[in-house]
Amino acid sequence: MEASNAAVSRPRRSRGELSDDIARYVLIGLLLLMPVAFGIHDLAQDGNLSRLATNIKDGLSNGAILALVAIGYTLVYGIIELINFAHGDVFMLGTMITYGFFGTLGLTAATGPVGIVLGLLLTLVVAMLGCGVLNVMIERVAYRPLRGAPKLAPLITAVGFSFILQNIGLLWLGGSHRSVPDIIESQHQLFTIFGVTFFNGDVLAAVFTVPVVVGLVAFIGRSRLGRAMRATAQDADAARLMGINVDTTIGLTFLLGGMAAGTAGIVYGLYQTDVWFFQGFQAGLLAFTAAVLGGIGNLQGAVMGGLIIGIIQQLSDNRIETRWTPAIVFAYLIMILVFRPQGLLGEKGREAG
Amino acid sequence: MSGAPASIRRATEPLRTPWGQRGVAAVAIGVVALLPLFVAGGGTFLDNATYALAYVIMALGLNVVVGFAGLLDLGYVAFFAIGAYTIGWLGSSFFAERLPNVHVGVTSFLNAQPGIHLNYLLIIVAAAVLAAGLGALLGFPTLRLRGDYIAIVTLAFGEIIGKVAVNGSDIAGQNVTNGKIGITPIDSPNLPVLGQFTTLNLRPWYWLALILALIVLFINFRLRDSRLGRAWIAVREDEVAAVSMGIPTVKVKLLAYAIGAAMGGVAGTFLGAYIQEVNADQFAFSFSIFVLAMIILGGLGSIWGVVVGSVVLTVINRGLIPALNGVPQKFGLDFDPSQLGFGIFGFLLVIMMVLRPQGLIPEKRRARELTEGLDAEEAVYEVKR
Repeated sequence: MEASNAAVSRPRRSRGELSDDIARYVLIGLLLLMPVAFGIHDLAQDGNLSRLATNIKDGLSNGAILALVAIGYTLVYGIIELINFAHGDVFMLGTMITYGFFGTLGLTAATGPVGIVLGLLLTLVVAMLGCGVLNVMIERVAYRPLRGAPKLAPLITAVGFSFILQNIGLLWLGGSHRSVPDIIESQHQLFTIFGVTFFNGDVLAAVFTVPVVVGLVAFIGRSRLGRAMRATAQDADAARLMGINVDTTIGLTFLLGGMAAGTAGIVYGLYQTDVWFFQGFQAGLLAFTAAVLGGIGNLQGAVMGGLIIGIIQQLSDNRIETRWTPAIVFAYLIMILVFRPQGLLGEKGREAG
Repeated sequence: MSGAPASIRRATEPLRTPWGQRGVAAVAIGVVALLPLFVAGGGTFLDNATYALAYVIMALGLNVVVGFAGLLDLGYVAFFAIGAYTIGWLGSSFFAERLPNVHVGVTSFLNAQPGIHLNYLLIIVAAAVLAAGLGALLGFPTLRLRGDYIAIVTLAFGEIIGKVAVNGSDIAGQNVTNGKIGITPIDSPNLPVLGQFTTLNLRPWYWLALILALIVLFINFRLRDSRLGRAWIAVREDEVAAVSMGIPTVKVKLLAYAIGAAMGGVAGTFLGAYIQEVNADQFAFSFSIFVLAMIILGGLGSIWGVVVGSVVLTVINRGLIPALNGVPQKFGLDFDPSQLGFGIFGFLLVIMMVLRPQGLIPEKRRARELTEGLDAEEAVYEVKR
């Protein structure tokens, strides 16, 4: 979480740093490959870039959801160095809570604007709290008893919990896709700039994501509890000596991550108007890729990574073929881990080795 | 050595198998080998037992990677897929119109069929070589990474292979895997002594699986006690210390991936032939976890534990869950027990890790570490900081 502060000016650069820089540029080059190629293709074909811009806009909206999920991965990894495999499925349950709570409130596309705004706010609170509390409970049951155990052990329980949550989703809403009521008319055209049309859904993704991200960054950067989180992330033992309750702090981290996942769940439900018990697996892997890309443990990196992966995903969906998108994103994941495991903004030495 | 603390002395004692245990193992293998003679040749029991043996092969392969070398592999299903497609390509009429017909050592019936039909033994060798190659290839990007990142890379690799299998009916215009429709029928093996391989007589299938499982079991035991096996355990316990002792970690890790993958490939060819179909739907992430749950349940690194774990999970998966059909309805609950498969494996993983991380039959060396090693390790760690 302390990435950019480490940039202390040094007079001479060692060879290791140089190759590190090269790796970073290779990674940036890889990421720019698709947008640049398709941009040139567009200029040659249509004479303008509006198709590429539309792809990027859609990618950013999808990426906002991934960014919110990625925050959960990165917070948890930052503090206990665990890949919380179950996180994608917490996000899935967030969408299910949204779906269920819409039914409880009786929200449909026909509800008036005041009712929709109030209902959405209430649903947001319920989804955030539901996912946050769920995440805290998972930590309590599956990760805390294993804190002194070998590294592999909590990772395996995380995979196990991912399956349990998927099974809960399967039993809750069944094995087929359900459609979430499209209460905000996400495909309604709002305005067009430079040939790029913005829909209700795009605005909604921004309206939900930006305050949550800003709030989280402010909380972690400025509040007392946030400082406790950063201290625990740096050195849990030293933090304990300074009087920080490490268990509570870790629980708080899971709560925040779960709340971000809950927000992602409601945005996904409104934007994609779809819910499925298996959605968390794929989204979780994409979000994890985003967290690694940004530099795991780094909050800003996770958001940036989420937006970039969203764009890659959208470009691949629109230009190549939807069926190949997961394979392409996973290939990116492997390449990132090969060339620069610490990601774009991450510190060296934390992840690899 | 007399001055060393008791825990170190015990940890460095050689691991020897007493003769009594060997006798028990020999009797058990004899019973298992003669079992089919006393049950119906086409029944459910023999069917499940054959599956169990195939899963034993697979779990023993994963045990080499995860149990011995400590590299968490979440994409093991990829090697099942490689093995299954090898027999799909080399033992069916899939390429009938596109490639010249090839027939090597097959029955007169298959000799008359178009396509590529090789003898099962050749296919096993091909699958093992192909899977080992891919396993080593997968190993390369993980060499620099730490444990949990290895898990992610292997998971991504498994997913990529799975996507290629699903989308493989049209890769650059070529039908490579026939996607979710699948390649069928797959040739049955043609081997001497065992008898006729048919769907009505499962005994030859069972014996073939048993022979393969015993070979893999033997290889596992010899590997564990070999120089390579000890190198794996050293890498698992402390990579830095292993490097400074002169262990070539790159070679050792790649060998673990390759050997584990080859065993997965062999199991894949057997299951492909036994199910008589190779279908992209078989290669989902959940299968990797199914196999992982077997070795966690039995005990990571413990060879007999892995065997027991695979048999227990096969019983749960193929016996217990179908037997529960209709039970929830009796209690007024409305769900299908077959949907619970996932959740049960997940639950087993969590429970085993929290309550009994060493597994049902712990490996001796690992049990020592888990009970006595913990304090010692903790002490060293604190001083270092």
